[in-house]
Amino acid sequence: MNNSPYFLQPASVQSVMLRVLLALLPGIAIYVWFFGAAVLVQIALASVTALAAEAAMLKARGKPLLMFLGDGSALVTAWLIALTFPPIAPWWLTVIGVLTAIVIAKHLYGGLGQNPFNPAMVAFALMIVAYPSLMSQWPAVGFTDFLPQWNAIFGTRQLDAITMATPLDALRTALHTADARATVAGVLGNDATFGNIGGKGWEWVAAGYFLGGIYLLQQRIITWHMPAAFLATLFLISGGFALYDPTRFVGPSFHLFTGGAMLGAFFIVTDPVSGCTTPRGKLIFAAGIALLTWVIRTFGAYPDGIAFAVLLMNIAAPLIDMYTQPPVFGHKNKRGGPP
Amino acid sequence: MSALQRLFGFHGGVKPAYHKEASTTAPIAVAPTPTRLVIPLHQSIGGPPRPLVKPGERVLKGQRIGSADGNVSSAVHASTSGTVVAVEMCLMPHTSGLSALCVVIEPDGRDEWIALQAFDYRAATPTQTRDYLRDAGVVGLGGAVFPTYLKLNAGKQGKLETLVLNGAECEPFITCDDVLMRERADAILRGAVIMREMLAAGQVLVGIEDNKPEAVAAMEAAARAVNAASGDDAIRVVAVPTRYPAGGAKQLIRVLTGIEVPHGERSTDYGVQCFNVGTAYAIHEAIELGQPLISRIVTVAGNVGHARNYQVLFGTPMKDLIALCAPLPDSDRVIMGGPMMGFLMPADQVPVVKATNCVLVGSKKLFPPPPPEMPCIRCGECAKVCPADLQPFEMYWFSRARIFGKAQEYNLFDCIECGCCAYVCPSRIPLVDYYRFAKSEIWTREVEKEAADEARERYEFRLLREEREKQEKAAKLAAKTAAGREKAAAAVAEAQKPAVTPEEDAKKALIAAALERVKTQKELVHPENTVDLTPEQQAEVAAIEARRAEIREMAKPHLRQDD
Repeated sequence: MNNSPYFLQPASVQSVMLRVLLALLPGIAIYVWFFGAAVLVQIALASVTALAAEAAMLKARGKPLLMFLGDGSALVTAWLIALTFPPIAPWWLTVIGVLTAIVIAKHLYGGLGQNPFNPAMVAFALMIVAYPSLMSQWPAVGFTDFLPQWNAIFGTRQLDAITMATPLDALRTALHTADARATVAGVLGNDATFGNIGGKGWEWVAAGYFLGGIYLLQQRIITWHMPAAFLATLFLISGGFALYDPTRFVGPSFHLFTGGAMLGAFFIVTDPVSGCTTPRGKLIFAAGIALLTWVIRTFGAYPDGIAFAVLLMNIAAPLIDMYTQPPVFGHKNKRGGPP
Repeated sequence: MSALQRLFGFHGGVKPAYHKEASTTAPIAVAPTPTRLVIPLHQSIGGPPRPLVKPGERVLKGQRIGSADGNVSSAVHASTSGTVVAVEMCLMPHTSGLSALCVVIEPDGRDEWIALQAFDYRAATPTQTRDYLRDAGVVGLGGAVFPTYLKLNAGKQGKLETLVLNGAECEPFITCDDVLMRERADAILRGAVIMREMLAAGQVLVGIEDNKPEAVAAMEAAARAVNAASGDDAIRVVAVPTRYPAGGAKQLIRVLTGIEVPHGERSTDYGVQCFNVGTAYAIHEAIELGQPLISRIVTVAGNVGHARNYQVLFGTPMKDLIALCAPLPDSDRVIMGGPMMGFLMPADQVPVVKATNCVLVGSKKLFPPPPPEMPCIRCGECAKVCPADLQPFEMYWFSRARIFGKAQEYNLFDCIECGCCAYVCPSRIPLVDYYRFAKSEIWTREVEKEAADEARERYEFRLLREEREKQEKAAKLAAKTAAGREKAAAAVAEAQKPAVTPEEDAKKALIAAALERVKTQKELVHPENTVDLTPEQQAEVAAIEARRAEIREMAKPHLRQDD
């Protein structure tokens, strides 16, 4: 016995999550091309850990196992962790990260749909605070030999020969710690880390994520508000400061095409559970993340600022939603006349 | 004509599969008169009509058998001639399975009309015309069955800008308005002309979803004829984009005029009034032919071999109607209305009533049970499709948590229960059920609060009365003592003096008056709503209570899923 409506549009949480995973594929493919297959190992590792942790937590909470395990949400979290962590991070770093995300950030808050914080970003923030150096070592672009990477993940010691700092990290370190005469142009011109518009290799991975984001928009899984507000704000603020002092502030193309900006814009900021839901709220929420990201990247001590920015805005999301409720039918204009 | 009309959009909406072709291939057929008509007296919004007939009485077709009772009510008539065999409680076409007072008629097969006489509305005052339509039983046939006479009032300004005729018919499967417009466009517009005169409306806009080109063409042809005759080009037929729920009165008004009528306000205050095309047709029949509302077009569709539209006498069992359409063997339920907003019938023998626009036969294959409910992931799909611009997931959240105040803050009562949110929800949450539950809980609490307020007032009054009685007693006693002393003194002096002094007389009168006052006030606070109820009213009260209990029962499994 059920009530109207008696027929429903074929859609499910599972299909939403699977399409998000599908949208990540172009970015992952380019990632493998530039940085080697290690990321695939991390994705596998994270996925297995996530599913195991999810199953254990569901069992502990007395929830139907198959129904929730199949929803794909744990896999999305796992993949985002694998893609934001360094691909040559030791296996236990990824495992702890995923456990943090699934057990603490997701299930202890009530499971699917209940978490106030983005689980993947909780994992990232925790790990970068706990293991800053391990979280900053990236394989050198083009150094795609699989065996050394495998050893780095499962070996006991890190292979310094194959690692290098991320472009964001390199630029920040150079500007902050080198002599006072260092300029953005000087740093960017003298280092193999940097590419044409962003980080070398990174810019192409970002393009891959952008492609996936367009697919999500086309599938109507995300709306334009968050990616647009995030990218536009990051562009404007970094562009404004680069115009003000190009020697100290790097321009917008660098910000948009390095680090987690593009992945963040379409896949992280857009997490519906922990973000804003009203149209205006989405704009404010994403713009806030962009602003904080730029501040942390420029003045902070961490290689990327997206995780902290997302968590900070997660806290503000309910409040933003409350103050940005769209007017209800007939309430827009008290007179009710034509708009 | 329609090209000139500027259209407005409305937020949200969905495009479900329409399934309308099956029932539009054949013209309207007249459903045969059944062996027994069960005509519920209460077929409209408002007070249930009083029965006018007794068992054994012979009635004619169109004879009034229930008279409108109260300010909001509408009369009911015999659908054919025959003998009243019972006036009794019968199962109603209502999900809860409640029964209500019905007049059961055994047709005599002669189908003998009352003396039919057209009503000269031009010679009558508007009030007389409205009373006539109330007694002719004309109600909104779009499904809401609001008494039409109450809506034929131009409001504060005495005139309207726009009269909207609703032929959008956005619910899947239903085609009764479509075929009515195809076949009886002239009559619909004759009714519209009467409405326009009564409302002093400037223009008439007929809104039809553009998936009904035949209906649009037929109505346009009829409109041309009417406009040519009147010479003022007032009636315009407008094809509106096909998108559920474009046929919601507020949505259609918005699409055609850009005006948003807020929840709880009269559309006439915004210069517009909206009627279903079927209602316009009923007005034509009532006024120009003198025929009260005794039948309507009903779509029979869904899990049947031959879906079709029938002209059906009110009181015809749905079972008989379905039998005409070759129902498939796996049919497992009957729904009144469409799949988006329809109501599950408690049994298939319930009668067709004025609200029955469609008898939809369902099966597990056609309407599969929804997959298990998942938690809300706040994806916002529901907000995207909500035609009332609500945030359905917030309302769901608070309804589920029983924080009804917050649910109301998120404008729960602006929800029109169109079902779009539940239709698109990837977590398969029966959202509308939660809203119905929350609304009924809020109503219950309001009723309980009113009862509690009343009880408190009664209690406070009792305290007041007791206090006053105490004072009066004390006064009496004091008077008595004083009188006693006086008496004793007087008895000594003069034994035959009258016992009652004038003073005492006045006091007694005062006390009697006070007592009288108490008595009348006591009568005033008597709960008049629950005394002297007719059996049907008592039954209805019981049914409402049962329904509430059932809704709570229904809601329990959802609520228990809480972590």
